[in-house]
Amino acid sequence: MTLLALSGIARPVHPTGIWGWITTIDHKRIGVLYGVTAFLMFITGGIEALIIRIQLGGPESNIVSPEVYNQLFTMHATTMIFLGVMPMSAAFFNYLIPLQIGARDVAFPRLNAFSYWTFLSGAIVLKLSWFLGGAPNAGWFGYAPLTGSAYNPGHGVDFWIIGLQILGVASLAAAFNFLTTIINMRAPGMSLMRMPLFTWMTFVTNFLLIFAFPVITVALIELFMDRYFAMNFFVTSAGASPVLWQHLFWIFGHPEVYILILPAMGIVSEILPTFSKKPLFGYPFIVLSGVVIGFMGWMVWSHHMFTVGLGPVANSVFALTTMLIAVPTGVKIFNWLGTMWGGTLEFKTPMLFAVGFVFLFIIGGLSGVMHAIPASDAQQQDTYFIVAHIHYVLFGGAIVAIFGGIYYWFPKVTGKFLDEKIGKLNFWLMFIGMNITFFPMHFLGMDGMPRRVYTYDADMGWNLWNGVSTAGSLLLAFSFLIFIHNVVRSLRKGEVAGNDPWDARTLEWSISSPPPEYNFKEIPHVTGIDQFWIDKKENGKVVSENSVEVDEHSIHLPQPSYWPFICSMGLLIAGYGAVYISSTVGIIVTAAGFMVTMFAVYAWSFEPVNDPENSY
Amino acid sequence: MRGFKSLFGIMCKSAPLLFLLVACYPNHKQSTFDPKGPVAQGQADLFYLIFWVATAVGIAVVGVMAYILVRYRKKEGDVDPPQIHGNTKIEVALTILPIILLAIVAVPTIKETFANANSPDPNSLTVEAIGHQWWWEFTYPNPDGSGDRIITANEMHIPSDTVVNLELRSQNVLHSFWIPKLAGKVDVVPNHNNKMWIKADMGSEGVYLGQCAEFCGVAHALMKFRVVVETPEEFNQWLIEEGTDGFNSVDPLATEGREIFEGLGQCYSCHTVKGLKKARGKKGPNLTHVASRSHIASAIMENNQENLRAWIKDPNEIKPGNIMSREGLIYTQDELALTDGQIAALVAYLQSLK
Repeated sequence: MTLLALSGIARPVHPTGIWGWITTIDHKRIGVLYGVTAFLMFITGGIEALIIRIQLGGPESNIVSPEVYNQLFTMHATTMIFLGVMPMSAAFFNYLIPLQIGARDVAFPRLNAFSYWTFLSGAIVLKLSWFLGGAPNAGWFGYAPLTGSAYNPGHGVDFWIIGLQILGVASLAAAFNFLTTIINMRAPGMSLMRMPLFTWMTFVTNFLLIFAFPVITVALIELFMDRYFAMNFFVTSAGASPVLWQHLFWIFGHPEVYILILPAMGIVSEILPTFSKKPLFGYPFIVLSGVVIGFMGWMVWSHHMFTVGLGPVANSVFALTTMLIAVPTGVKIFNWLGTMWGGTLEFKTPMLFAVGFVFLFIIGGLSGVMHAIPASDAQQQDTYFIVAHIHYVLFGGAIVAIFGGIYYWFPKVTGKFLDEKIGKLNFWLMFIGMNITFFPMHFLGMDGMPRRVYTYDADMGWNLWNGVSTAGSLLLAFSFLIFIHNVVRSLRKGEVAGNDPWDARTLEWSISSPPPEYNFKEIPHVTGIDQFWIDKKENGKVVSENSVEVDEHSIHLPQPSYWPFICSMGLLIAGYGAVYISSTVGIIVTAAGFMVTMFAVYAWSFEPVNDPENSY
Repeated sequence: MRGFKSLFGIMCKSAPLLFLLVACYPNHKQSTFDPKGPVAQGQADLFYLIFWVATAVGIAVVGVMAYILVRYRKKEGDVDPPQIHGNTKIEVALTILPIILLAIVAVPTIKETFANANSPDPNSLTVEAIGHQWWWEFTYPNPDGSGDRIITANEMHIPSDTVVNLELRSQNVLHSFWIPKLAGKVDVVPNHNNKMWIKADMGSEGVYLGQCAEFCGVAHALMKFRVVVETPEEFNQWLIEEGTDGFNSVDPLATEGREIFEGLGQCYSCHTVKGLKKARGKKGPNLTHVASRSHIASAIMENNQENLRAWIKDPNEIKPGNIMSREGLIYTQDELALTDGQIAALVAYLQSLK
């Protein structure tokens, strides 16, 4: 009875301060939470990277021990991928998708809050490992059998397994939410082929998420079974094949690469038209190439395994599919150039980042083709050449585009511009620093330097370019300090931006900055691609829709809720317990955590709908 | 292909002219720009081909982009440009063009993939390379025809101008076998019997460095090995010597060292010295002819008295996490630790094992 009574407690009414943030189910506030958390995580991943670079700055240095070094590179990659780039993309999904499709929120607002808090729980579990006996140390790819208890008895790998599982729950919940939102909640008239490109790439990305994450989930469960329940999925001494793990990991891992880069491509496809004052060139080709990349992303995973010994037939097939996937990627680049061709290009900070993205992504794409060739890859695999390549596509690609996106949409989110002068300085420092850091790694790789080594001998000839790379990484770190300075300064005294500071094209720019909680007073009616541009330039409609006479109180929005937060905190507790599942305390904590989660699910289900007295 | 190669060679030599290529230092120890055998050569040739195709494409695309950025920069008084949504003919042309380029690259790609995989002479010398944490073991067929294989560690001798078939084995974690100047890597995978073949050109006699390329735990960075390429005559001589029993020195210090090896040092439980009764251990490197190797501890330090002493005294200092320091009783139990005098005797014994 008490349970039932508790579950029936009223929803919070106009909570403020920290309670406002904890109980919020407004997609915009959740987007901000995602963005800020991901940026903090990105900083921790950056510090990990800096320590790595300082260690490698010279030969035979002893700044960190090999044990700590192995933890650092494992956590650097895991952090940047799962806690940095993915949630930064999620921040953009959250904030922008409803605005771009003319909706008032996502399809499942409470599930959206649950996604964020669960992401935070997973991040905490993963990062806790540093303070509880050591971080995971087997690489972000966790190749068996090095992750097995025979070779890795500590708890680092357990934190990694559980952390990734919780993050997977968060990603899946968010993915279903965005797919449902995009399919069901588009404004009248917005057919699929009228959706903004960022929405399209979000759509493809979330399909990839729902198909890719179950694979890694299964692999991680099997690994956990091996470690705690004496199973033999990957135990080689019992006859298991470690190649099974590699297949499972990369069937997830390669689509994951596109999960990281497609949202960035979407961001760039928004910025380039705005600052060229032209619509996206070849819209259907760009959309289609995104869909084709999403589809073909499933056919290339074994190019991560050319040296595993799968045989020349398999290697040839995967070489061909990998070369083929360069075609839709090239199509995108040609169309971005076509968008700028004949335009009036205005080099505001977001545009600099977008153009920088295209340049860096071309380099990363071309070096990618070099190891699409198995024989050429035999010399490059597991060397710094690959490290150079992945940083050109993931830093030069994803991160540079995301920062362009931040400069582009910051005025919409906060109502204020980021400072242009500091922004340009930020871009150039990042661009130059990035090239000084990562370009020499191509040289090191071809010069025979393997990756994941904590040290190297002075007589190998690798001193110069390692030193240069480390110097570049310091410059890169400085560019992020400049960024932080710009954000803090602009929040306090930034120039006020209107509704449409860039003369942009998509619906989010038709409403005030920052947008009201209900987004659109009146749901827009869509007649073509770039509806807002059509309204502005062809229909002569006033820039702002604030003039629309609608009583704000007639707009119904779901009320905040406690339960998504509590539900996720149960997962945090259960996750912490699961790391120590072989002890009684671990079992009790895990069970307690699951009970909290189950109760929250129950209470969530019976939560009263909006209290009419306090309707939003 | 030859044309590409010589062009690349010219660019390499005129490095100061082209910043990009300052990086190809053929004289560096693990440079992939100094192939000494057909496998590495074929792989390098393919790299040159794709490098030039990629560079040409890159220059073309970036050139067009640079033109656009300058030409269409917004000027005072510009009005909104025409809203062009696309051009199907250009789209189709720009989709087909890269397909043609890739098709050109695809043909030699597949050819070389099969050439790397299939040994031209499967009946030639076969060496087994076994990856351990963190050192390499090599076994050879015995020239006396017995099934008793000849075992050595961390220094692989091969005859020049001869196809050598390698069988890659691991009983522990993944490793990857890589000699940049002779061949790109092939992974060493437990429960999978991977094969590769290498061949060193005639006249390329010398020492080449190899290194494990797949992350394999704490001391992955220190898992190196050396490849000694000799003339077939020198190689055969080496193999015969390698098959003999360990030298039984009469030097008193070395004799004392041998007693420690077979006694309270308990070295015998993990190391083999052929000819000694007790020393049959398989866990560590075979030491029968350890003094004939130029380096110790998986090719990370020179084989001399001082280094041997340092290694035996505290191996964990030199190779963190290694099994000897984790499991050897003289390291794990303080009361069994060897004195400096005992270590000196052991070093003398090891140095006698020519």
